[in-house]
Amino acid sequence: MSARSIVPFGPQHPVLPEPIHLDLVLEDETVIEAIPSIGFVHRGLEKLVEKKDFQDYVYVAERICGICSFIHGMGYCSAIESTMGIEVPRRAEYLRTIWGEMSRIHSHLLWLGLLADAFGFESLFMQSWKLREKILDMFEMTTGGRVIFSVNQIGGVKRDMDSDTLKLFIKIFDDMKKELTALTKAFLNDYSVNTRLKGVGILTKEKAHELGAVGPMMRSSGIEIDTRKLGYSAYNELDFQVITSPVGDSYARTEVRINEIFQSIEIIRQAAQKIPDTELSLVVKGFPSGEYFMRAEQPRGEAIYYVKGNGTKFLDRVRVRTPTFANLPSMLEVLKGCQLADVPTLILTIDPCISCTER
Amino acid sequence: MTTQSITTISNENLISEVIKLKDEGYRLVQICATTVNSEYEITYSFALDYEFLCIRLMIPEEAEIMSISQVFAPAFLYENEMKDLFGIKINALSLDYQGNFYRLEQKTPYKNQ
Repeated sequence: MSARSIVPFGPQHPVLPEPIHLDLVLEDETVIEAIPSIGFVHRGLEKLVEKKDFQDYVYVAERICGICSFIHGMGYCSAIESTMGIEVPRRAEYLRTIWGEMSRIHSHLLWLGLLADAFGFESLFMQSWKLREKILDMFEMTTGGRVIFSVNQIGGVKRDMDSDTLKLFIKIFDDMKKELTALTKAFLNDYSVNTRLKGVGILTKEKAHELGAVGPMMRSSGIEIDTRKLGYSAYNELDFQVITSPVGDSYARTEVRINEIFQSIEIIRQAAQKIPDTELSLVVKGFPSGEYFMRAEQPRGEAIYYVKGNGTKFLDRVRVRTPTFANLPSMLEVLKGCQLADVPTLILTIDPCISCTER
Repeated sequence: MTTQSITTISNENLISEVIKLKDEGYRLVQICATTVNSEYEITYSFALDYEFLCIRLMIPEEAEIMSISQVFAPAFLYENEMKDLFGIKINALSLDYQGNFYRLEQKTPYKNQ
């Protein structure tokens, strides 16, 4: 048996935009075990709910993370609306769906760029982020923000998209699809990209289930679960299939996310065609009482928004179980047996979001 | 939308209930602690495809609970989190960070002061 050594990885590392630390136990260049350590940027945002009015807390919820901010705001609002029995106007639900899918596209493009950067394909990184900029421009056009949007409120949304804007968005997406196809061909067909991704970090279907994987990490191991199928927002009126792959390697995780980008464009197209003409928000009276677990599909997977009200303007508890937190055990599993050189790419393939994890 | 059921169980029945869910094919979704007066309310959520259910413990502040990480491996993350943030005592954790899972300036910040 070779001598074992422990190599510290992170919290500062070129592939990590946010801090996480791993102790990698190695035999020669092979990883035998990885022990995670987090908590470098824990902010205690859940505790803040005891001092913030439940309506003002929307602003805190969407600041859990800069990438997933829209769905954090929406998930929190939906959970509160469920405890209060509020039926949100359908137009607001459609708008939430459109902004939610735009979030998914920009998050997946961001991830594709980071992945390309991790294996040293800089032009692919720049092309991915160039396309992502267009989505941020569309966010700015409709919400006024590029990172934090503040359009969700308890009872609906604050801003509308008129029919001209929706038509413009469909045209932008049509044009973007050509560029996206060219970009994603490089990810899926390029020889050097393939050698870094194919057959690396396999997570079997059984392990994905056992370890509680969520989102693309789970679906790329062949499990067909997507919480959008629960039918929240406008998803119950839109037609889409859950995208999966049976392979479970890094390539499969890339392929699933790429296919989800194209799927999100189609969902937005359907939503733009079906969006009803109703009001945007209801006036909310009273205070939340009771509890609810809202399950929403973030770009990185299922997020859980738990709220518990006590009939006053301050909640007893808010708890956000983020997808990265759920995917950490799977990340440790795929690291076992890999080569040290593959560790950065494998960590990236769960699309880690540490801000979310350390809300 | 699917229904959500929350069943309150006793501390002694936790492991047997969890094993039953594991045998039925459920996966662990999350564990959440909440302070309720001088007690902790600990909610374990599980899912089987799109079905979602919760079991709940109510324990006094100083009580100890058994870790379910021997049954559901990912539980060690949630349990270390509860230990760090609330100071809940958990026995037989598969990987115990000894209160250092999060690097916190103030120990057990979510505990009732």
